[in-house]
Amino acid sequence: MSFAWAKPYEPQNDLMKWIDQRLPLPRLVYDAVGAGYPTPRNLNYMWNFGSLAGFFLVLQIVTGVILAMHYAANSQVAFATTEHIMRDVNWGWLMRYAHANGASFFFIVIYLHIFRGFFYSSYKAPREMIWLLGVVIFLLMMATAFMGYVLPWGQMSFWGAKVITGLFGAIPLVGESLQVWLLGGFAPDNAALNRFFSLHFLLPFVIAGVVILHIWALHIPGSSNPTGVEVKQESDTVPFHPYYTAKDGWTLGLILVIFSLFVFFMPNMLGHPDNYIEANPLSTPALIVPEWYFYPFYAILRAFTFDFILPAKLWGVLAMFASILIWFILPWLDRSPVRSGHYRPLFRKFFWFGLIPTMLALFWLGGMPAEEPYVMLSQVFTAYYFLHFLVILPIISQIEKPEPLPFSITEGVLGKDENAVLDAKPAAAKA
Amino acid sequence: MTDIQEDGVRRRDFITIAATGTAGVGALGAVYPLVSQMAPSADVLAESTTEVDVSAIEEGQAIKAVFRKQPLFVKRLTAEEIDAAKRDDAADMRDPQTLADRTQEGHEDILVIMGVCTHLGCVPLGAAEGESKGEYNGYFCPCHGSHYDEAGRIRKGPAPTNLEVPEYAFTSDTVIQVG
Repeated sequence: MSFAWAKPYEPQNDLMKWIDQRLPLPRLVYDAVGAGYPTPRNLNYMWNFGSLAGFFLVLQIVTGVILAMHYAANSQVAFATTEHIMRDVNWGWLMRYAHANGASFFFIVIYLHIFRGFFYSSYKAPREMIWLLGVVIFLLMMATAFMGYVLPWGQMSFWGAKVITGLFGAIPLVGESLQVWLLGGFAPDNAALNRFFSLHFLLPFVIAGVVILHIWALHIPGSSNPTGVEVKQESDTVPFHPYYTAKDGWTLGLILVIFSLFVFFMPNMLGHPDNYIEANPLSTPALIVPEWYFYPFYAILRAFTFDFILPAKLWGVLAMFASILIWFILPWLDRSPVRSGHYRPLFRKFFWFGLIPTMLALFWLGGMPAEEPYVMLSQVFTAYYFLHFLVILPIISQIEKPEPLPFSITEGVLGKDENAVLDAKPAAAKA
Repeated sequence: MTDIQEDGVRRRDFITIAATGTAGVGALGAVYPLVSQMAPSADVLAESTTEVDVSAIEEGQAIKAVFRKQPLFVKRLTAEEIDAAKRDDAADMRDPQTLADRTQEGHEDILVIMGVCTHLGCVPLGAAEGESKGEYNGYFCPCHGSHYDEAGRIRKGPAPTNLEVPEYAFTSDTVIQVG
């Protein structure tokens, strides 16, 4: 693990030596996120979202455990205890708003983290396992977020639960019984609420476990970088601490400012007013949409309105799941040996003018009502989405002529300078 | 670069201290609500006073009320009990208090005490009819054997202090408000 020039951990005093010989936890931290982890020197801001995602996971667990101290998962009182948290519990409003907006921010940083991976092909060998674990984390996040949204037991909670479990009802033969089994009833009620609460509490810790595997897998080859050229020499790297701890700290401060704007000044902007109405099994809200971070997948779900061999309902469900599961085979769809989009002219065009507008359009369409022209547009962009991954990406990775790569990261940063070696003084000062 | 030593203090030292100091203050500010949320919430505090009508309590009878989710004993002492308690005012006690200290002027016969043993919080016997009153004709805690006298003062056993007299006031001749 790690590079030959990685600084070995040296306990500074007898106590740390004593600990190191018995439980080398400080050594583990030092080698993972300390001065003992050499990191490419050219990481740009797109590499900051992993640590931010880690922060939001911790924030969600801390605020979530606290909310669970005051919340009761019973359909009779769930809505009331949510209001109890908002009105009676000391700082309860802060805990709940931080948790609700924390989920949104978790998804914002995760989406940027994923798009970093798309553009710089972070999924390519030897980093496939990091990518696969990342997709697993994303799926777990989606399940956790969905179940968390059910807990306040408002109108959106109830109808979200009904619609999403209804997806499983689309599966031929077993679908209906599966849906009843998932809910523990014929519609969302106390049984469903209780199990969703139990799983919503459990899954974040599963996510934390997979995150550890994700980071473990990352530390085998080390971080990728904007050139996509692997680390060759010591001058290609800087120690993670203090260089990237400081940089991550700076973006953490920045995002906390934006996060605070939401929590303190517009805490309900990303939510739906209907969820402040208690769940009513007899009345569906006028417009049911999921939380904004599910919009693209919801748009894909609703894009299928025609029966073609299989019923339309089933196509929608299959396409929605496939739109994420497809990421699992991404490392084998994109065969280009060049990683970074900076050196792939054709890929770059399709990324910026194909995939990104498509994702933005699907985000927009998922929040729109299920009527024309939105349905037709959803169909067009859903088609492009799958076309991009299944056809365009494999083809351009065959026919594209990549631009010349720098010999090394150092050369990529400083140009061809024989003396461009990083040591105590910044190399640029020497030139 | 200007981070050259000047009087042994580098620009970077200042930045490091300023940045970690700011982050530290921010972290402390974030910890405060995390701790405070465990304290009693507004709905709990709203239930923190109890009114008791003492007019219907007969001599020698005690009633149990609930004050802050804990038992409260309100007793009208008999003349003999008052005499006995006054006789013992000067006795050797662990937590010396006179009957007058534990009742209100003009209402010497009304004893308001928490039914919570000061040892480890069990409910002492003696308030209800037929219960053991202990060796001092007051209250007896069955958990670890603390004996309290007529005025709820600890006389024997492990409890460190007398049964607590909560803050209360007569809002009329017959009604007390506790808390």
